[in-house]
Amino acid sequence: MHLRDSDADAAFRADLHTWLDAIVPTLPPEPDPRDWPARRIRDAQWQRLLFDAGYAGINWPAAYGGRGATPTEHLIFLEEAAAAHAPDVGVFFVAQMHAGLTLIAEGTPEQQAHHLPGILNGDHVWCQGFSEPEAGSDLASLRTRAMRDGDDYVITGQKIWTSHAIVADYCEMLVRTDPDSPKHKGITWLIVPMDSPGIEVRPLVTAQGSAEFAELFLDEVRVPVSNRVGDENDGWRVANVTLGFERGTGFVSEMLDTTNVMNELVGIAQRTPRGNGTAWDDIGIRRDIGYVAAELDALWAFTKRNVSQGAKSGIAMGNGSAFKVAYGSVVHRLGDIALRVLDRSSLSFDDVNGEPTAAQLHGKLKGFAVSLGGGTSQIQQNIIAERVLGLPRER
Amino acid sequence: MDLDPNDDQRALQEMISRFAADRFPSDVTRTFGDVGGFDRSAWRELAELGTFGIALPESAGGVGLGTIESVLVHESLGAGLVPGPLLAATLSAGLVPGVLEGDVIPAIVTRPIHQVALVEHFQNSDVLLVIDDMGIERVEIAAIDGQIVEHPTDPTTPVTVIRELPRGEQIGDAHLALAWRRLGSVLASAQLVGNSEASTSLAVGYAKEREQFGRAIGSFQAIKHMLAESFTRTEVARSSVWAAGVTIDEPEVADVDRAIAGARLMAARAATENAKTGVQVHGGMGFTWEVDAHLYLKRAWILETLFGNLDEDADLIALHVAASR
Ligand SMILES: Cc1cc2nc3c(=O)[nH]c(=O)nc-3n(C[C@H](O)[C@H](O)[C@H](O)COP(=O)(O)OP(=O)(O)OC[C@H]3O[C@@H](n4cnc5c(N)ncnc54)[C@H](O)[C@@H]3O)c2cc1C
Repeated sequence: MHLRDSDADAAFRADLHTWLDAIVPTLPPEPDPRDWPARRIRDAQWQRLLFDAGYAGINWPAAYGGRGATPTEHLIFLEEAAAAHAPDVGVFFVAQMHAGLTLIAEGTPEQQAHHLPGILNGDHVWCQGFSEPEAGSDLASLRTRAMRDGDDYVITGQKIWTSHAIVADYCEMLVRTDPDSPKHKGITWLIVPMDSPGIEVRPLVTAQGSAEFAELFLDEVRVPVSNRVGDENDGWRVANVTLGFERGTGFVSEMLDTTNVMNELVGIAQRTPRGNGTAWDDIGIRRDIGYVAAELDALWAFTKRNVSQGAKSGIAMGNGSAFKVAYGSVVHRLGDIALRVLDRSSLSFDDVNGEPTAAQLHGKLKGFAVSLGGGTSQIQQNIIAERVLGLPRER
Repeated sequence: MDLDPNDDQRALQEMISRFAADRFPSDVTRTFGDVGGFDRSAWRELAELGTFGIALPESAGGVGLGTIESVLVHESLGAGLVPGPLLAATLSAGLVPGVLEGDVIPAIVTRPIHQVALVEHFQNSDVLLVIDDMGIERVEIAAIDGQIVEHPTDPTTPVTVIRELPRGEQIGDAHLALAWRRLGSVLASAQLVGNSEASTSLAVGYAKEREQFGRAIGSFQAIKHMLAESFTRTEVARSSVWAAGVTIDEPEVADVDRAIAGARLMAARAATENAKTGVQVHGGMGFTWEVDAHLYLKRAWILETLFGNLDEDADLIALHVAASR
């Protein structure tokens, strides 16, 4: 076991470091976090820069236009990008982290040729239409219906919590193609162009105050059968391939970003007057930061461990559920400390007095996105208890 | 980068686990804390496996492996609740003749002592090693007036109260003393990780068998989620302890002291919280002397106080975050 870079890894890191050092300072200032069209433009610019430099699709196989980096190089990429405060994957999360990879694993050559280039170069944003009003944790009970009509599927139903839907070009969508089979058996995975007639996108505003997700109303939306990924009624299996990628390294860059948020909080604490000194003079705050830092360091080590294991077993992030539960809880705890440091500054969701206080409140609320999105912490704990510890199912 | 043990390393862990289950089952070790309760021949057999010389060079009679292998071994020792001065023996095996072979039994204490020092395993030991900022001293047992604690908290760990610590022969310098503190802390953390996993498996096993309301208690979600949290704490802690073990041998990858302190915080939390969960899952049985659940808890309490305390660890990390952000 070792953590030292090999010569090849060190060279990869050095090149990347040089590139990031040169490019990050030239980026335009971040847009207003509520302005999703502007965020799309910014994220696409970044994706294009990655593409031109050969870093797009870092962990995708080279045969599909990715860089084909090793798992270790992928982690080095995430680590260096976070350290350089480079933009994260942003609105390309679905496309980069799971839709593209699902197409590589399960799509036809035509689907791959048609979609992968646009994902890699930042032209196409994807969203994920899995959840429905009546199908959240119990995803397999989804009801959005797709009827076969010649060479088309005709889709009618409703999706909800669809992140980035207002700026998306395509949706990876789960639909019910066979309502008579048991619930896991009648689902199909479809590529749905977001400009198809019959789709209405109604933005939903999150507790963070932006229309990050949306409701999709689908009224006889036609998509060709050639947009089906996997077989008809085999969509639950394909969906698990997708979720495997999402729960895999999906949260790692966010976790590294949380480390940046923590470091920034320490800076704020050092500059915030409190008593005769600053908030950082408060041993209670320092000690609690010490615990959170230890846990974030541990989660980074956990990631390395999971990736090392994955490189041998072929199963990326076998401990994804445990990672996500632990990460969700540490984000919440960091946010609690942030509120103690901010004190009355927490009344403003805009920066106060030139301090980056707003990012701390966003970070605090992001804890919920982590502990709810992609399968809630409770669902992850059910998975651990039943599939890992082998405890009996409830029913 | 590779933070996953290879087959040889796993085999090493399995060998230790099997030996522990064989030679140190808890019904036997429960009386190890009593006067005359310590089994020296079992200790010698443990030494013969190479346990205390894992990271010593072969030329010195050791196994010639690295710190991480010692970490893995101590994880298994912790899981097996193996009694005896495991840390003292591992730290001193290269320095004090006879320790490597299990013939000489060492105890360790850190100076300064504040009024009294509680020293585990002193009553069975042949030599006392004193660590302070200046170095390491060897003090002969005969020179010390110790008072045996009649009821040690952990029945498997005898404790002696010492009020005065005479100076002894210096056998290591300040550098070595620091290295011992670091390694001792990581190995204690490794034992805590093993402890946290073993208390969880005991509880999981019970949850699958014990029935109430006509079904196994492990089917109740309240029980499931408590145990899933235990599992998560163990895996998080294990990751940081392995990383800290590797960092000792590859100090350029991270700050060694931050890595060690963080590992200790995670491992201590995993062990104490999981042991608490273990008692709770066992119901009234968990509160009995007879069931092992309390042994994990009590061993965890001992291990988390060795080589520095948790609050100091958290403070150290916070200062490092502030200095390096
Ligand atoms: C920020 C954000 C972004 C999202 N983006 C997307 C997206 O892009 N695409 C998409 O398809 N979905 C998305 N989701 C939806 C997300 O996957 C669901 O919110 C989640 O799976 C929970 O479903 P639900 O909201 O219906 O809650 P429910 O399933 O109704 O759960 C409510 C509560 O009950 C608990 N609960 C439910 N079942 C159980 C059980 N069996 N055992 C114990 N507790 C249980 C849950 O843990 C939760 O606390 C997003 C959600 C968030 C918060």
